[in-house]
Amino acid sequence: MTLPPLPESAIVIGAHAADWRAAVTLAGDALAASGVARPEYSREMIRMIEEHGPYVVIAPGLALAHARPGPEVLGDGLSVVTLAEPVSFGHPYNDPVSVILGLAILTADRHLAAVAAVANIFNDSTAIADLAAATTAAEVQQIMRVPA
Amino acid sequence: MKIVTICGAGIGSSGILKVNAERVLRKLDLDATVVAADISSVKDVAADAQVILTSPEFVETIGKTFADVIVIENYFDTEELTQKLRAALE
Repeated sequence: MTLPPLPESAIVIGAHAADWRAAVTLAGDALAASGVARPEYSREMIRMIEEHGPYVVIAPGLALAHARPGPEVLGDGLSVVTLAEPVSFGHPYNDPVSVILGLAILTADRHLAAVAAVANIFNDSTAIADLAAATTAAEVQQIMRVPA
Repeated sequence: MKIVTICGAGIGSSGILKVNAERVLRKLDLDATVVAADISSVKDVAADAQVILTSPEFVETIGKTFADVIVIENYFDTEELTQKLRAALE
């Protein structure tokens, strides 16, 4: 179970987002910055939420922004965006959201190993609060257990 | 027994739910196959399923089914999953 790459270029701390679309776009921009997605991937992630609702808010305070593998995805990767002011996605239980994980997956058959590694991290119930409070990219990588 | 986890893309959130459901089933010593799928394939994938795990957003689209539809609020809370799976399966 290996976590998709989460380089420093894919981490944004204390960002300002006017609404959930802006927050998801930041997570997409961070994936693009680290080279695993094209900028258009943000639009795909937003479209999933417009189509199906805020189901990506899978735990209190955390959104797992993602879309299907497609031409906008260039590699497997994660991004982490923490917000200075949380935004609402309109989720019945888990709003407001202060941590956005962006996930890009190149081929569907590999996604389970990737998300299993993500599940390992967040089954520790303090991980979301720790991420929201992190002040450096190194701290985020440590919480996400990125090998040094 | 078959359990299906449903999300919008069939990757990502449904995968997390599958991984955590398998962990809980092992702990409860229950034998089941857990399949992650996207909402557009739910009718086919869940036709022979006993349980569907999903988010509140998908309940209406899943519609009429023979399976128990269980709504999970916090995908990382294995305690919630344990309680809801136990109530449905035992």
